[in-house]
Amino acid sequence: MAMTSFAVEENDGRDRGGPRQPLLTVQGLKKHFPIRGGIFGRVSARVRAVDGISFAVRKGETLGIVGESGCGKSTVARLLMRLIMPDAGEQIFDGDAVGERGGISVAEMRRQVQMVFQDSASSLNPRMPVQNSIAFGPIALGTRQAEAIGMARELLVKVGLNPALFGGRYPHELSGGQKQRINIARALAMKPRMIILDEAVSALDKSVEAQVLNLLQALKRDLNLTYIFISHDLGVVRWISDRVMVMYLGEVVEIGPADALYASPRHPYTRALLASRPALDPDQRREEAPVSGDPPNPINPPAGCRFHTRCPHAEAVCSARAPMLSAGGDDAHLAACHMQDPSSGHSQALRH
Amino acid sequence: MSTAVSDTAAPDAAELALPTQRGYWGTVGYRLRYDHVTLFFGALLLLIILAAVAAPLLAPFDPYQESIIRRLKPPGYQDRYWLGTDELGRDMLSRLLHGGRITLTMGILPVIIATLIGGSLGVLAGFAGGVVNMSIMRVMDVFYAFPSVLLAVAISGAMGGGAVNGMIALTLVFIPPLCRVAETATTQVRNLDFVDAARATGAPMHLVVRHHVIGNVLGPILIYASSLVSVAIILASGLSFLGLGVKPPDPDWGLMLNALRQAIYVSPLVAAMPGIAILITSISMNLVSDGLRAAMDVRS
Repeated sequence: MAMTSFAVEENDGRDRGGPRQPLLTVQGLKKHFPIRGGIFGRVSARVRAVDGISFAVRKGETLGIVGESGCGKSTVARLLMRLIMPDAGEQIFDGDAVGERGGISVAEMRRQVQMVFQDSASSLNPRMPVQNSIAFGPIALGTRQAEAIGMARELLVKVGLNPALFGGRYPHELSGGQKQRINIARALAMKPRMIILDEAVSALDKSVEAQVLNLLQALKRDLNLTYIFISHDLGVVRWISDRVMVMYLGEVVEIGPADALYASPRHPYTRALLASRPALDPDQRREEAPVSGDPPNPINPPAGCRFHTRCPHAEAVCSARAPMLSAGGDDAHLAACHMQDPSSGHSQALRH
Repeated sequence: MSTAVSDTAAPDAAELALPTQRGYWGTVGYRLRYDHVTLFFGALLLLIILAAVAAPLLAPFDPYQESIIRRLKPPGYQDRYWLGTDELGRDMLSRLLHGGRITLTMGILPVIIATLIGGSLGVLAGFAGGVVNMSIMRVMDVFYAFPSVLLAVAISGAMGGGAVNGMIALTLVFIPPLCRVAETATTQVRNLDFVDAARATGAPMHLVVRHHVIGNVLGPILIYASSLVSVAIILASGLSFLGLGVKPPDPDWGLMLNALRQAIYVSPLVAAMPGIAILITSISMNLVSDGLRAAMDVRS
C-alpha cells in the first residue's frame, strides 16, 4: 500500500495534495428520484435512492461497495460521474470541489475519473468498430483521429486483445469478456486516475471473471489507478478491495478495511450478508436464511435505523433514532448501529 | 475459453500500424453487392429518376399536343404511340416521362425536407428530454391530431394552390410523424450505457449525439421516410385533384390518374398506367430502403 502511494507521488504530475490527501471525498451525497403522478405531474413520492452518504477514497486503494440490489450502489456510481445530478452533497476530487466555484468543472473531473459499466452488451455502440469506441473520448477532446486510433490499438494490447484481430470488429462480434476488456480500454483511453467499476465483472462467467479481475489488478499496479469497485459479489469484493463499504437502502451502514470487516463485521446487516454466502463445506450449510424478507421500499424507508425491520437485535431505540456511523474503538472501521454506541440505550450496546 | 490464446498474443509493431480491414461504408457496400433484390430495385429507381430528368430528350412527342381524333388509343397505336394516348389525345409515354419530373419532386422533396426538420426536432426532443421534449412533442401532437389529407388541404388551401405551396403543405404534414419516430428511437438509445459512457468522457453534447445517437436512430427514420414517399405522391395527386397542387395541363402522375378515371372502361390499360408508375416507384423506394437498412445494420 505504502509503495503504491509513493509511486503515485513520484509519477503522476496531476497529483496535487500528496499521498495523504484522499483522491475523492464525498460528503452528504443525496439523490431522491421524484415519482410523478396525476394530470399535473405533481411529485407524489420520492425514491430515496441515495440518502446522504459520505466516504473517502485514498490514493491508490480499491474501495469496494457492496449491498443488495436496489440499495443505491449504481446510483452512487452515476452520481460520482455526474451522469445524474445529485440533489445535495459535496464531491471533492484531490482537494478540488467538483462543479463548484473555485473548484474544478465536471468536465475536468471526468477527464480524471472514468467508469466501466455492468452491461457489456449495451455499453458499446453497436454501430462503431470497438477501436473507434475507445478513441471517441480523446478525439472528442481534440486528439487527432489517426493518433487516437493508434492509442486505442495500444490500449487493446494492454487489455490483452490483438488489435489486428479485434480493433475493427463490432461489439456483436465479441464475447462478453472481450467486450468488458474493450470497456476497460475505453475508460483507460482518458488516462484517468480513478476508475469506477459498476458491477464490471458480475455478468461474466467465473473463469472469464477471474481473468478480467487479474487484468484489473495488473492495470491498477502499472498505471497507478484508484478503483471504486461496486458489486454484489462478496467474495470478489473481498479479493480486490483494500477497504469495503456496505450500503443498505441508500445509506452507509459499515465501512472499514476489507480484512477487518470480513473477519469481525460490526453491523448486524453486514453479519447477515456475510452469513448468506453459500458455505463451501457441505456440513456447514445453512437451513434458513440469515436475514428474511425483502428490503423495505426506499420510497418510504423505516424511521430510525433503516434495518430495524429485519434486524434480530432491534429494540425501541432502533426505530426511534437513526444511528450515526461511529468507530467503537477502531477509527478506520465504522458502523452505523446503536450497539456500537454505549450511550445509545441499546441493551446490547456495551457488549461491543 | 478458446480465445484466451489469441487474445493475449502480443502483436508486433507492424500489426499495430495496420489500418482497419474494412470501414463502415466499406462493409455496407460489400453487403449491398450481394443483395440482388436491392440492387435490382435500386437500378430500377435510378432508371425512373434518370428517365424523368432526361424527359425532354427521351419523350417522342410534345406532352401537351392534343388531338380530337386519336383520343384514348390503346398502346402501340400507329406504331408511334407506344403507350397509347390519353383522354385529350396526348401521347401517354411523353406525359408519363414529363410527369415523372413533377411527381418525383413532389414525392421526394417534401419527405427529404420533413426528414431533416422532423428528424432533428425528434432527436433533440428525445435527447434533451424534460421541458424541451414536452414543448416540442405537444406542438407535434396538435398537428398530428388532424388527418393528414385534411391538414395538407387546409395548409395549401390557405396559401393558395400551385406545386410549390403543395410541397410546403406536404412538408408540414410529414414533420410530426417523422419527429415522433425520431423521438421514440432517440429516447430508447439515450438510455443505453454507451451514451452514458460517451457523456462520461466529458465530450461535448453535439459530438455525443453525432457519433453515438444519430447512427443508431437513422435506420427507423429512413425506413419510415421512404414509406412516406409513396404517401406523398398520392397526397400530392389528391391536392392536384382538388385544384390545390399541380394544375392541368401539367403532367403529374396523380393528376393523370384522376383524369383517366372516367376512361377506365374505355381504355383500362391506359387508365392504369399512371397508377402502375406510382406503384413501381414506391415499391422500389421501399425495397431499396429496406435493403439499405439491412446493409447498414452491422449486427446482422
